[in-house]
Amino acid sequence: MGAGTVIVGTGQAGFQTAASLRSEGYEEPITLIGEEPHIPYQRPPLTKGFPLGQQSFESIQLRPERFYRDHRIDLLAAKRVTAIDRAERKVQLESGARLSYEKLVLAVGARNRKLAVKGAELDGVLYLRSLEEAIAVKEGLQSAQEIVVIGGGFIGLEIAAVARTLGKSVTVLEALPRLMSRVVAPIISDFFRELHASRGVKIICDATISEISGSHGKVQRVVLRDGTAFPADLVMVGVGITPNVELARDAGLGVANGVAVNEYLETDDENIFAIGDCAEHPCIFAGARVRLESVQNAADQAQRVATTIAGRRSCYRALPWFWTDQFDIKLQMAGISQGHDQIVTRGNAASRKLSVFYFKQDRLVAVDSINRPLDHMIGRKLIAGGVPLTPEQATDESVDLRALEHTVTQKRSEPTSH
Amino acid sequence: MPKVIYVSAKGDAREVDVPVGTTVMAAALKNGIDGIVAECGGVCMCSTCHVFVDENFFDRLPPAQDTEEAVLEIAAEERQPTSRLSCQIKVTDDLDGLIVRLPERQR
Repeated sequence: MGAGTVIVGTGQAGFQTAASLRSEGYEEPITLIGEEPHIPYQRPPLTKGFPLGQQSFESIQLRPERFYRDHRIDLLAAKRVTAIDRAERKVQLESGARLSYEKLVLAVGARNRKLAVKGAELDGVLYLRSLEEAIAVKEGLQSAQEIVVIGGGFIGLEIAAVARTLGKSVTVLEALPRLMSRVVAPIISDFFRELHASRGVKIICDATISEISGSHGKVQRVVLRDGTAFPADLVMVGVGITPNVELARDAGLGVANGVAVNEYLETDDENIFAIGDCAEHPCIFAGARVRLESVQNAADQAQRVATTIAGRRSCYRALPWFWTDQFDIKLQMAGISQGHDQIVTRGNAASRKLSVFYFKQDRLVAVDSINRPLDHMIGRKLIAGGVPLTPEQATDESVDLRALEHTVTQKRSEPTSH
Repeated sequence: MPKVIYVSAKGDAREVDVPVGTTVMAAALKNGIDGIVAECGGVCMCSTCHVFVDENFFDRLPPAQDTEEAVLEIAAEERQPTSRLSCQIKVTDDLDGLIVRLPERQR
C-alpha cells in the first residue's frame, strides 16, 4: 500500500474529499489533518441556528466520529501543517513529524479579514468563522444589549438577524452604498434593507468607521468618520476573508487571489490539488478565474478531486450556487452575476416573491430568488445547460420555465437523423 | 422509539431506532447509512438526501413545501411519485416502521 492521500483542512472541502474518495472506491490510506480541535462540522449554521440555540454542535457535525473509523479515514485534529516538501512528497507538522503523500489536497480555507481601525483589539469585538468564535458570539449575545455589526454582507446580515431575533438592539454599518453589493442587484439589496428595517434593525450604508472606543479594555462605541457614535457592548465584524495561501506559496506553488489551480483543480504540481475557499480556479460560468466561498464550491470541488485521485481525471465545471437565511427569508442564488449587463425581474418585491435574472451579452448568467424556489432550481438547469432564454421570457410569468428547459434538454438528447 | 428502515440501491435493508422529531436525514448520518450525502446540511438547497418513500407511508407524511418540491427537480436520480427529501421528514410515532429506499446516486 502506498502513502495515499493527505488532505490538509477539515472544513467542508477537506471532509468531502475524504468521504468521496471512499465512495469512489479509493482503497489507499487517507489522512485528514486540521488545525481545529473538532471533528469536521458545517459552518453555515454558525451564523444561523447555532447562535439562536436551535442547533447544537452535535447536530452540525458533518458526520459522527465513527464515520472516520468506519471509512478508515485517519483524522488528525488540532494539528498544523507547517511546510510541504514537494521533492520528498512529505508534509511537515508543527510537532516536527513528517507524513508522506502520494496525492496532497490543500483544503486550507481562509481566515477573517481583520478590521484595521483603532480599538479593533478591544474586548467585545468579535469575528465569526470557527466554532470557537461562534461560541464566543453566542455567549456574548446573552449579556450584550447593543450590538453593532460592521459589514453588510451575508455574514454580517445573518448575525444581525440572529441578534435582533434574540431581542437585541442592532445596528449594521456598511461601507458601501448598499447591502451585499458585491453579489446582488440593487433591488435585492433594497428588499433586504427593508426586511431588516421592518424588524427593527438599523442599517447605515456609506459608513466609514473612524474608531472603536471603550474603557478598561472593553468596547463601548463605534464612531464613524462624520462623528456619529453608536453605543455597543458587542461588535461583530464581518468584512470578508483572506485565503490561506502561505503553505502553497512557501512550497513554490503559484498563488493569485488564492492558490492557483487549473480546470482539473491541480496546482503547479500535478500531485497537489487546492480546493474550496483557498483556491482560485478557472470558472466557465464566470468566464474568469475566481475564488468562491461557499458550501457548493467546497463540496463539488472535493468530489471532483476525489474522482480524479481515484483514477478518473476530469474537469471541474459545476454550477456555483449560494444561499443566505435572514429572519424568515431565504435568498437563493444560482450562477455568477458579476459582469452582467442586463437585469430583469420575475414576480415582485411587494408580494415577497421575487427573482432577478442576470444576463451577460444576451446569455443568462445568474438568477437570485426570494420565495420563488422553482425559479432557482430551474435557473440552475438553464444556466448549467446553456439553455437559450431571452429577458422577455424570463420576466413573463406566463412562460413556463420548467417546460422550456425540459423541451430544450429533450431535443438535445434526441439522436439526429443523419 | 420509532424505527426507520433504509434500503440501499442494492437492496440491503438496515433498521434504525430514531427519536421522535429527528429527521430521516439526520438519523441516516448518525447511524452511518451510506447513500445520504446531505451536502447543504438540511436546508433544502441541494438534493443529496433524496429518498423514495415506500407507498404505504407516503400519504402519511405532511405534504412537501414548495421549496422541497423545487429541489426535487434537480435530484441526481430522477424523481418518482414518492420522492422526498429526507431532511424534510421528521419522524413521528405514527411513522414507526417507515421504509425509505435510497437512490443509486445523490450527486
